[in-house]
Amino acid sequence: MRVNRLLPGAALVAVLMLMITLPGFAKEAATLAQDPVLEKRVDAVSSELRCLVCQNQTIADSHAELAIDLKNQVREMLHSGTTNEEVVNYMVERYGDFVRYKPPMKPTTYFLWFGPGLLIVIGLSVLFITLRSRRKRVLDAAPLTAEDTKKIDDLLHAGKQGTKS
Amino acid sequence: MMRFIVPLVLFVVLGGFLYVGLHLDPRVVPSPFINNPAPDFKLSQLQDFQATFSPKDNLGKVWMLNVWASWCVACRQEHPLLVQMSKRGDLAIYGLNYKDRPDDAKQWLTQFGNPYVFSLADFDGHVGIDYGVYGVPETFVIDKQGVIRHKVIGPVTPTILSECLTPLTQLLGKDESTESPEMKKVMKKCA
Repeated sequence: MRVNRLLPGAALVAVLMLMITLPGFAKEAATLAQDPVLEKRVDAVSSELRCLVCQNQTIADSHAELAIDLKNQVREMLHSGTTNEEVVNYMVERYGDFVRYKPPMKPTTYFLWFGPGLLIVIGLSVLFITLRSRRKRVLDAAPLTAEDTKKIDDLLHAGKQGTKS
Repeated sequence: MMRFIVPLVLFVVLGGFLYVGLHLDPRVVPSPFINNPAPDFKLSQLQDFQATFSPKDNLGKVWMLNVWASWCVACRQEHPLLVQMSKRGDLAIYGLNYKDRPDDAKQWLTQFGNPYVFSLADFDGHVGIDYGVYGVPETFVIDKQGVIRHKVIGPVTPTILSECLTPLTQLLGKDESTESPEMKKVMKKCA
């Protein structure tokens, strides 16, 4: 009984302790300059660049060695007065457009940019055309004759009797 | 009729995309360096720190720059092939020792053989970044004008060597133009 009462408290303490130690796991690359303005720019540029080893991460997110090297390269270049755009261009020159997380707009990427919109338009038109033709089919159908109505009634009635018995 | 044709066409298109996707390797990123001048640098030689090398020194020669490291497992895989190639002596291979420790690198060469004219010490990896290296081993083929003509990402295999690298470097040695049918045939094999 006593143990049970203590448990929630112990759990809380454990969780709190975890919360304290968690940030300790996140190992950041050694910073060249402790300049917050520069670091902000490094972050901005590196979140636009793809890590080529772990391809679905930016180099800002990745802890792969190459990503850390590239981040250091970005920092050095920005530190020596290169503009953000020039750094991105430097990387594109070396690793190709693939290195950019936001693909550039050019003829080879038109399908990438406009493909989803195109698919929506195609999908909506197919839906629209199908719905219209279906409505037309229903409206165009010949009205029921007295004989049909009787048949339906008989069938429904027979069904009701069937469930009762 | 249409209710069969539409799903069939959709299936074939989707299947086609997936089939092509099976053979694509997302790790192979086409290098923007092909047909561009090899970036310049100046590095010390691994075995002799006093001696330096710059790609300019090799103008007029067809040569290969092979990026390797002692910590790189795939390098070990291609290494016997490079050693064999260097023994034939028809092509100069230069090493770029990438982010390695000098002692480890030298030890590695002693143990597995040294196919390189010499290796360059790129311990901080700056030249590697300049060459767009993202996975070791990588091999660049550089022509007499100092232009990168081809890049192999990952280990060189016997097939790549016999169908691409050997004929390509032979043609480059003969100053074959990019437009010649033979060159086009080889480049197709390389792709």
